[in-house]
Amino acid sequence: MLSKQKLLIAAITTTAIAFASAGSALAQKKYDDGASDTEIKIGNIMPYSGPASAYGVIGKTEAAYFNKINAEGGINGRKINFITYDDGYSPPKAVEQARKLVESDEVLLIFNPLGTPSNSAIEKYMNAKKVPQLFVATGATKWDEPKEFPWTMGWQPSYQSEARIYAKFLMKEKPDAKIAVLYQNDDFGKDYLKGLKDGLGAKSSMITAEEGYETSEPSIDGHIVKLKASGADVFISITTPKFAAQAIKKLAEMNWTPLHIVSNVSSSVGGVIKPAGFENAQGILSAAYAKDGADAQWDNDPGMKKFFDFLAKYYPDANKLDGSVVYGYGAAQTMVKVLQMCGDDLTRENVMKQAASLKNFTPDTLLPGVTINTSATDFAPIKQLQMMRFKGEKWELFGNIISADLSN
Amino acid sequence: MSAVQEIVTEAPGIEAVPKRAMTLGVGTSLVVLALLILVPLFVKNFIIFQMTMLLVYGLAVLALNILTGGSGQFSLGQSAFYAVGAYTSAILMEHAGINYALTLPVAGLICFLFGFLFGQPALRLSGVYLALATFALATAMPQLLKLGYFETWTGGVQGLVVTKPDPPQTVQSILSWFHLKMSQDMWLYYFTLVVTIAIYIFSVNLLRSRSGRAFMAIRDNEIAASAMGIDVALYKTLAFGVSAAITGIAGGLGAIAVQFVAPDGYTITLAISLFLGMVVGGVGWLPGSIVGSAFIIFVPNIAEGISKGLSGAVFGVILFLVIFLVPHGARQVAMVAQHLLGRFKKR
Repeated sequence: MLSKQKLLIAAITTTAIAFASAGSALAQKKYDDGASDTEIKIGNIMPYSGPASAYGVIGKTEAAYFNKINAEGGINGRKINFITYDDGYSPPKAVEQARKLVESDEVLLIFNPLGTPSNSAIEKYMNAKKVPQLFVATGATKWDEPKEFPWTMGWQPSYQSEARIYAKFLMKEKPDAKIAVLYQNDDFGKDYLKGLKDGLGAKSSMITAEEGYETSEPSIDGHIVKLKASGADVFISITTPKFAAQAIKKLAEMNWTPLHIVSNVSSSVGGVIKPAGFENAQGILSAAYAKDGADAQWDNDPGMKKFFDFLAKYYPDANKLDGSVVYGYGAAQTMVKVLQMCGDDLTRENVMKQAASLKNFTPDTLLPGVTINTSATDFAPIKQLQMMRFKGEKWELFGNIISADLSN
Repeated sequence: MSAVQEIVTEAPGIEAVPKRAMTLGVGTSLVVLALLILVPLFVKNFIIFQMTMLLVYGLAVLALNILTGGSGQFSLGQSAFYAVGAYTSAILMEHAGINYALTLPVAGLICFLFGFLFGQPALRLSGVYLALATFALATAMPQLLKLGYFETWTGGVQGLVVTKPDPPQTVQSILSWFHLKMSQDMWLYYFTLVVTIAIYIFSVNLLRSRSGRAFMAIRDNEIAASAMGIDVALYKTLAFGVSAAITGIAGGLGAIAVQFVAPDGYTITLAISLFLGMVVGGVGWLPGSIVGSAFIIFVPNIAEGISKGLSGAVFGVILFLVIFLVPHGARQVAMVAQHLLGRFKKR
C-alpha cells in the first residue's frame, strides 16, 4: 500500500518528467538510445586479455581522451560515458559483448572495436540493429562497403591501399623490378597481396616469387632463401613485427641487398628495427600515415605538442613510443569531431550521416597533408600515406603524400 | 624414476561417483526446468542470448563430463570437436542451404566418427599423456581451419557468417492469435532448450545403462573391468565418440546462436574453459555442467567488472577460492544443501 507521501512524490516526479520531455521536444533535440541532455554513451570492445592484448592500450588511450573531453566540458554540454569491454580477441565473446553494449547498456554506437575476426562477427548484427559500428580498428578492406553495410565504417588506411602505394612507387621508380613477396598466410597477408597485385595491374608479372608463411613457424629463413634464389631485386615483407625483424636479420646474414619494403604494421623502430639491428636496416622503405611519437622531428609540432600534453595530464603511464597510443588518440579525436558535428540531433542515423561527411579533417597525430575525407559512397576515412626510408636510427619521410586511388 | 612411474600408473584423480548421485532428484529437476522455461519470457533478448550460450556451453561441459566423469579419460581437445560441429552446421546452412535443425544431427554424426577415430590411437594413452594428445588436437584445429584447401568452404581466416533462423511459421501464427510475437533469440533459446533436455535425458540413461556401467567400471579399474569381460577398447572409444558427438551438436548450436564461425573462436582457450567448467560443476555430476557453464560465461565478466587491467588475475583468484573452498564443485554445494534440507524436514 502506498502512503500519501509516496503518492505525492510519484505525482511530482511524473509531472517533472512530463515537463522535461515536453521541454526537450520544444528545443528540437533528437535522441536515440544512449544519448540524452547530459550524456552520450559510447561502447567499445578491445582485447584487454588474450593473444592480442598489446592492443588494449588503444582502449585505454581512448578512455583517457574522453576523460579529457569531459573535463573540458564535454560535447555540446554532454558528457561522454565510454563503456569498454574485453573480448579476448575471440569472435563469440565479441558478439556477446556487442549485444551487451547495444541491448543492455543501450549505447548510441560502438566505436573502434578491434580485430578483423571480432568485427566480422558483429558486423551483421550491428547492421541488422542499425547501430553504428564506427571507425573499426582493423586494416581489412571490407569495411568500406556502404551499400551492403551502411552502419559499418573503417578508419585507418586499409592494407590494400598501403600495398597499392608500394605498387605505384615501384612502377614509377623501378619499372623493371623483379619483386619477391613474403607474406603472412592469413587475412592480413592476403589482403595486402591482393592490393599489391591490383596496384601493379597489367604489370603484376613483375612479381617473380611469392612465399606464404604461417605465424606458427618458428623461423622463416627457408622462405627467404627460396625468395633470394628467384633472383629478385625487390623484397616486399608483408609481415608482423616478429617476422619482419627476422627477415631484416636474415637478409643481412645472407648479404642479400634488394630494395626492401616492410609493411607499416612492422615499421616500429622499437619493436622491429632495433631488435633486428640498426646497421641491418639502413635504406629499408615503408609508408606511414601518422606521426611517430619516438621521432624527434615532431617535438615542436603543434599537433604532437597537444598529444604530449594530453599524455602528461590524462595518461601519464602511457608509453609514447607505442604506436597504439598515437592510434587511439587519433581515432578518439575523429569520434569527438563526428559527435560535435551531430549537434543536438544525436540519432544513430545522424551519427552515420555526419561520419560520412567528414571533409579535410586532420587529427593532431596524422602526418601533415594526410586528411580524413568521407562521403555517402566512401567509408574509408584515411586513404593517404607517405613513403619513408630508414636512415641512421629513424625513419625519414620522402616524396609527396600518395593517395591509394587506382585512378591517379 | 619410481616417482614418475607412480604418477603414470596411478589411476587418474577422479573420485568414484555412485551412479545415483550423478543426477538430480525429480523435484529439483522440475524446478530447474520450470525456471529455464519461464525466465526467458520476462527478460531482455540479450539475457536470452546469454542463456542460450549457457545451454550451449552446458552441453559441451556435459559431453566432457561423460568422457572424464563417466569413463575416466581426460581431454583438453574438446574445442576441436566443438569447432568441427560449428563448421559443419555453418557450411551446411550457408553453402548447401540445409535447414539449421537438420544440420545438428549431421554435425553430431561427423563428430562422432571423428571422436571415435581419434579414440583409437588415444587408447594407448592414459592420464596426462591422453590429455597432451588431445591438447595437440586443440592447438592444431584453428590452423587446419585456415588451410587454403578448405578455404572455399570454411572462408579461411575470414570465417563464415551464419543466418539466424526465424521462428517457424506455425509457431508465429499460433502466437499471433494471442497477439504475441516471438523473437529470433527466444525461438533459438527454446529450440536449444529442447535439444539440451533431449541430450541430458539421453546422457543420464546412457550412464545408467549397460554401457554406462561399463564406462564406470573402466574408470574405476581398467584391469578389473576387462577381467569382467568388458571390451575396454570398444567402450573407451565409444565414450570418446559420444562425447565428441554431443560437443559437435553444442558447436553447431553455438554457431547458429553467435551467427559466425572463425578459427579464432575455437582456440585452446575454449578447451580449457570447458575443462574448467567441468571441474567447477563437479566431475561426474551431470547437472553440474550447467553450473560450470555459468561459471565460464559469467565469472570472466564479473572479473572484468572488478578490474579491467587485472581481469585475468581476479578470475584466477575467484577460481582458486572455488577450488579451495569447494573442491568437488557445485556437486559439493548441492550435497550440503540437500543435507541441510533433510535435517530441516526431520524437525
